[in-house]
Amino acid sequence: MATTSAARLPAAGTAPARRGRTGRIAPYGFVAPFFVLFAAFGLFPLLYTAYVSLHRVELQTSDRMDWLGLQNYTRLLDDPFFWNALRNTFTIGVLSTVPQLLMALGLAHLLNYKLRGRSFFRVAMLLPYATSVAAATLVFAQLFGRDYGLINWVLSTVGLNPVDWQADTWASQIGVSTVVTWRWTGYNALIYLAGMQAIPGELYESAAVDGASRWQQFRHVTIPGLRPTIVFTVVVSTIGATQLFGEPLLYEGNAGGGISHQYQTLGLYLYEQGWSFFHLGRAAAVAWVMFLLIVLLALLNAAIAARRNRTDR
Amino acid sequence: MRLAKRSPLQGGPLAYAVLAAATLISAFPFYWTLVAASRSNAELSSPTPALTPGPNLFHNLGEALQQAAIGTALLNSLVVSATVTAGVVLSSTLAGFAFAKLRFRGRGLLLAVTVGTMMIPPQLGVIPLFMVIVKLDLQNKLPAVILPSLVSAFGVFFMRQYLVQALPDELIEAGRVDGASLLRIFRSIVLPVARPGMAVLGMLTFMATWNDFFWPIVALSSQNPTVQVALKSLGQGYVPDQSIIMAGTLLGTLPVLLVFALLGRQIVGGIMQGAVKG
Repeated sequence: MATTSAARLPAAGTAPARRGRTGRIAPYGFVAPFFVLFAAFGLFPLLYTAYVSLHRVELQTSDRMDWLGLQNYTRLLDDPFFWNALRNTFTIGVLSTVPQLLMALGLAHLLNYKLRGRSFFRVAMLLPYATSVAAATLVFAQLFGRDYGLINWVLSTVGLNPVDWQADTWASQIGVSTVVTWRWTGYNALIYLAGMQAIPGELYESAAVDGASRWQQFRHVTIPGLRPTIVFTVVVSTIGATQLFGEPLLYEGNAGGGISHQYQTLGLYLYEQGWSFFHLGRAAAVAWVMFLLIVLLALLNAAIAARRNRTDR
Repeated sequence: MRLAKRSPLQGGPLAYAVLAAATLISAFPFYWTLVAASRSNAELSSPTPALTPGPNLFHNLGEALQQAAIGTALLNSLVVSATVTAGVVLSSTLAGFAFAKLRFRGRGLLLAVTVGTMMIPPQLGVIPLFMVIVKLDLQNKLPAVILPSLVSAFGVFFMRQYLVQALPDELIEAGRVDGASLLRIFRSIVLPVARPGMAVLGMLTFMATWNDFFWPIVALSSQNPTVQVALKSLGQGYVPDQSIIMAGTLLGTLPVLLVFALLGRQIVGGIMQGAVKG
């Protein structure tokens, strides 16, 4: 890396003599406030989780740790609720990430046009991002209410049957995914927009001269130019989906993720193990499984991106 | 073959129609929060829902303030968000400057560690963090929420990227030739140049901290909550009163909406800027 080799080079010849010892120590003073707190509250817990996950630790007596080896992990694999949560995390992740990113791509394309009031539209798209998980979920939980919810009322006025957005597995997962999609679509649209603005305008002009339709321009100029940004958003959204917590917690207000755990995610399962059942050690094991899952997904992503690059050339 | 009639970047009526629809979808939940917060629970539990605001807004706001300690919660959230924002902006600017412009042994490694941890989910550290907080006897106290958030790896990375571009090396060299100490250079050269980046980082940090949910709910009780924790307990009454839940939601959302109304454009700019560089 260029930065590491630059770091080893002696200071440029202009450095005056008085930059002796203090000059060499001073940079550490600048990074110290960050690194002291970062080490204590960021890095240490990260590493210590692995150690905790190999012990029995209960919430009320978190000082006491009994060695268990891999027992927390094997118990996890025997727990049908763990597999249920893993499956739900996957389906809710797909249900929220795929439509979210596709819509964001379309919106970004529109926002990239010359439009009157386009900064108004941009701010409007980002409005949901300003809300908290808690506020957004509480509002949507009401809109999705079974008996008096606005969405079922709309369905009934157009002659459709009401849907049980709480108890039904797919319907409740769609409900939870809707909150995620609503909050993040505009944010991702802006990320795509930023990427689109880095694509040179001449590419579009020459495509137009060649007779490419707008759709063809989008397909053959925008998408290829945007590929690194798309990979970035896919990675970030995937990581976000793996950790989904607030939305399923507040959708009905319990840590079980619905009466039959129909929308309990891994994040919620972790919280339930730790703070409803008081098993901190087991919760730590869940955290590590989530981490491994994310690493796996990131590697998968990188592999797919690398392969697509090769086939393109 | 035909040339496109409009310039390729000119938006047509369809673009306006779709964007208008998207704007409505973005804004509707806010409007509906206001509607529900200004009605009675009975009105909300009727087969034909109310679609316009009613007369009960102030009554419901009063109830919400009383029920889940929302007054305390708002104050707590303000204290937490302001302290965290100040801490993150200051520590990130200091470290970002060092990473961008100073040469020191181990710089590359330290930066790599900082950036590397940005991808790791916060849940991974939550359990030991909780044990630390219990050990320090900080459970249910505000420092439990403030301390772990005072620094941010993203903030350091953001300020570094900003200063690499915004701060010319010559400016620092000039300060050195004049015999200024590094701290002096930081105060009178770096800080003024860094201000726009600090403002963007500050806004993003304030919003994120105000809206943070996972860690506060673990570290704080409903007796001394932040506003997000209070919202959770509002929803869990014996007979949840929907209009009061929505009144509380309105109170918890208004401050951020206010920031957004004033600084929306800058926030949009900041996110797009961060995206290109990230």
